[in-house]
Amino acid sequence: MKWFDYAAPKTLSEALALLAAHPGARMLAGGTDLLVQMRAGRKPADLIIDIKNIAELNELRYERASGLTLGAAVACYRIYGDAAVSRAYPSLHQVASLIGGTQIQGRASIGGNLCNAAPSADSIPLLIALGATCRIAGAGGERVARVEEFCTAPGKNILAAGELLVSMHVPAPRPGSGASYLRFIPRNEMDIAVAGAGVAVELENGKFRSARIALSSVAPTPLFVREAGDWLTGKPVNGESIAGAAEIAKAAAKPITDMRGTKEYRRHLCSVLTRRALETAVRRAQEVQ
Amino acid sequence: MSMPTYKVIGTRPVRHDGADKVTGRAIYGADVQLAGMLHGYVLRSPHAHARILRIDTGKAQAFPGVMAVVTADDFPRTPDRIVDLGEGETPLSCVRGNMLARGKVLYRGHAIAAVAAVNMHVAEEAASLIEVDYEPLACALTAPDAMRADAPVIHGSLRMKELGAPTDTPGNVAEHFRHVKGDIEKGFAEADLIVEREFDTATVHQGYIEPQNATALWNNDGRVLIWCSTQGAFVVRDVTACVLDLPVSQVKVTPTEIGGGFGGKIPVYLEPVAAMLSKKTGRPVKIVMSRKDVFEATGPTPGSHMKVKIGARKDGRITAAQAYLAFEAGAYPGAMVGPAGMTVFAAYDLEHVTIDGYDVVVNKPSTAAYRAPGAPNAAFATESVVDELAQKLGIDPIEFRLKNAAKEGTRRADGPKFRKIGCVEVLEAMKNSPHYKTPLQGPNRGRGVALGFWFNVGLPSSCTISVNSDGTVNLVEGSTDIGGTRTSIAMQAAEVLGIAAEAVQPTVVDTDSVGFTAVTGGSRTTFATGWAAYEAAQDVMRQLKERAAKLWETEAAGVEAAGGVFRSGDRSMSFAELAARLGETGGPVVGRGAVNPRGVGGSFAGSIADVEVDPETGKTTILRFTCVQDAGKAIHPSYVEGQMQGGSVQGIGWALNEEYWMSEQGAMMNSSLLDYRMPTSLDLPMIETCIVEVPNPGHPFGVRGVGEANIVPPAAAVANAVCHAAGVRLFRLPMNPPAIMEALWKPGGKSSQLVPRNP
Repeated sequence: MKWFDYAAPKTLSEALALLAAHPGARMLAGGTDLLVQMRAGRKPADLIIDIKNIAELNELRYERASGLTLGAAVACYRIYGDAAVSRAYPSLHQVASLIGGTQIQGRASIGGNLCNAAPSADSIPLLIALGATCRIAGAGGERVARVEEFCTAPGKNILAAGELLVSMHVPAPRPGSGASYLRFIPRNEMDIAVAGAGVAVELENGKFRSARIALSSVAPTPLFVREAGDWLTGKPVNGESIAGAAEIAKAAAKPITDMRGTKEYRRHLCSVLTRRALETAVRRAQEVQ
Repeated sequence: MSMPTYKVIGTRPVRHDGADKVTGRAIYGADVQLAGMLHGYVLRSPHAHARILRIDTGKAQAFPGVMAVVTADDFPRTPDRIVDLGEGETPLSCVRGNMLARGKVLYRGHAIAAVAAVNMHVAEEAASLIEVDYEPLACALTAPDAMRADAPVIHGSLRMKELGAPTDTPGNVAEHFRHVKGDIEKGFAEADLIVEREFDTATVHQGYIEPQNATALWNNDGRVLIWCSTQGAFVVRDVTACVLDLPVSQVKVTPTEIGGGFGGKIPVYLEPVAAMLSKKTGRPVKIVMSRKDVFEATGPTPGSHMKVKIGARKDGRITAAQAYLAFEAGAYPGAMVGPAGMTVFAAYDLEHVTIDGYDVVVNKPSTAAYRAPGAPNAAFATESVVDELAQKLGIDPIEFRLKNAAKEGTRRADGPKFRKIGCVEVLEAMKNSPHYKTPLQGPNRGRGVALGFWFNVGLPSSCTISVNSDGTVNLVEGSTDIGGTRTSIAMQAAEVLGIAAEAVQPTVVDTDSVGFTAVTGGSRTTFATGWAAYEAAQDVMRQLKERAAKLWETEAAGVEAAGGVFRSGDRSMSFAELAARLGETGGPVVGRGAVNPRGVGGSFAGSIADVEVDPETGKTTILRFTCVQDAGKAIHPSYVEGQMQGGSVQGIGWALNEEYWMSEQGAMMNSSLLDYRMPTSLDLPMIETCIVEVPNPGHPFGVRGVGEANIVPPAAAVANAVCHAAGVRLFRLPMNPPAIMEALWKPGGKSSQLVPRNP
């Protein structure tokens, strides 16, 4: 590993000033991706900015009316350790508990998972399905972007030079809603998704009022399959509707063949995982109705 | 036959090294710190096959903090000769060529040069400044590809050895051997049913958690001192001396604790390089491999391409068996296809057999031993075909094997005749196990069984035992302790001495401090070093009887010893009482044992696997798994069970997910423990064990080595279980989820096909 400088600003404005002065700087939250990449000689950086001391990036706040504010540096264990958050967003609890092992969950953040922009990121399809947005700060002020717009290519995101992700906002769960993320890995833990599906549904009178479906590991970025959710809207809640949406998700997937699976296999998994994730989301929605 | 009764053997004392291991105090190779120590980094080839046109180390040498750079040119160019690598012999040129490439690189990860610097970061950065010009060459990555007439030739000087004789045939086949017994055509003519199948297995790695490491100091007195993680300190000593052109007495190797080896820590990679860097700098140099280096540049087990054809009568008796085994040696000859040929049909008493083996060089890392090397590949092929025969003939798979099981007097096709063996006993124990007697129910579930054999080895071992005045003894040995052998060796001494296992303090020492001891490998350590301890303890007892006789003013021949008490007539004295009186009876008592035992007893193991296959994802879940193995006599049953569980789990890894995933250019794409998917504790049930004890007549306590046979049958058992669960038989390892789905998607994929044959 090459030498680098380290800074741990206490405020957002300090961090932005450092970032403005060092465009090549990289953010350190849990470091579970960054340190591995630096050791492997990928994405070298002269300055590492540790964002764990900044209040806005450590905020974890849920309010029944406004929803969830999730600071970019909040480690996974805080999410599944928070009873109110876990009750309101069982799917988020689930995702925070399946990224890495216990040690990793003590450091790794959902914000980091998003900024790392891996096609296989486990949290991103769910954030897309939940309709989450990103609060982005830069020298010129702040802006908001939808999670499905955030990743632009493997390892690349929409953050411009001098910008950083402050937090994510997840809308409050509506009555009759449920969500789920399901990934396929050959082992039972400690693995990278061969494919994954994040889904959120809202049910009303035995029908889908709305649905959002996103996939991981089957395209250069986490893939929002808007048409699959749109297709479900207004359809009765049954196996046929779910199977139809699963086929649309499968058709939208653009996977490659690599050491984690073949194209054909991954496409097939999109259908299986979307169907199974929808079944779980529907069950959750029915439980809260 | 009644089993002798023992006081220590067969009990389960706490291991002597337990406290240090669980508290983190044990010293491993990477813990070694010496005053003024430098850190080394090895530059490795990015190409799988290329000519080296030029190496320019100038910029690296000039980089601040760099103390030395070495390449192959820095090493003596002594004439080629054959060197003993611990479990086999190989030309010095291959050992040397693998350590640092000369002229050509033969696989991606092949070492090119090494840098010593003030810290590892400087060394790594400096290594990136070494300029190497390559002329990339086409590569051959599998045995079938490398055997093609138009394959790129990896070693221009290689000539095939054909049936034991040298030939002028160039190419990538280093050797073709054949074992013949009976008349294969006649045997197949007697068969009612013949099944012939082709199989492939992937390259897999041992997956020890501790990476290779070496610290070397070329001392001012001319001696080379080495600390490293190895299965054989004397192998490191001898190979290092050979490569550096020194007498063996000029090299002293201290083996540190070892974080796993499984055969992969027998070859020498870093030690001579660290020594040469130390010579150039005058300071100690430590090199520790990264995980990527371990995957790309140490020795995995061969990938293989095999054909097995077996014929049987309707009553289930096998009439003939034929095997074709082509194994990938990696960059240098020595693919462990020999042991595959020895074991492929060893579990069966057969009349007509032909076995052809091919040792094929390919552009992958030079392969090394991996726990019963060659045998798991071969068993996957044989045991799959046997399962298919039993299935088609409507015979229970264990009964089918019992009808054909090898026994005392059975002659293997490769020559040896079995002495007392436990093949039938293992099969009976499988049949009577709670696992096999419990029916498996539920959809998508299947049960598979398989049988495996490993011959084990003997080789030299040395021990000394010195008696302390408090009635304890110090046992000095040279076998690296990988699986609890300090304790299993100490227990054999304790049994002879009539004292508690805890009263023996075993220590693994450096090569200056104990007689020659061969590698911890070949399942030999409890057998052979245990035997050396047995001899040393006998030597102590002879001397102690003389001391007792002296005190009692009688003849030593009249002194008896049992259970730690010496007796002559009505006089008696405990071991501790006598130990306290050595000073007055002639001074210290030191016993020695030095052996090269020949009475090796092979070990059989059986696996029973229950699996469930998700028909939508192809994922296999191991529901239940039992390992049955003949230990001869289990010295410490917990460690025998540990070996059985470890071998089973590694075999399950072979079966389901482990493989080198190679790009077409010969780069391993999954060289991390994230993507090289070994099973974790979350992927496995508790592995059930059943120790069978058919004593080995060739060992004082009946010991058979138990380290290896357990990895031989699991992949085949899982394959058979997957076949019965999913309705498709897979012929390639690993049977990962995409492979199972592809098999299910094939037309007719739901039913297993039979090759109809009318000989």
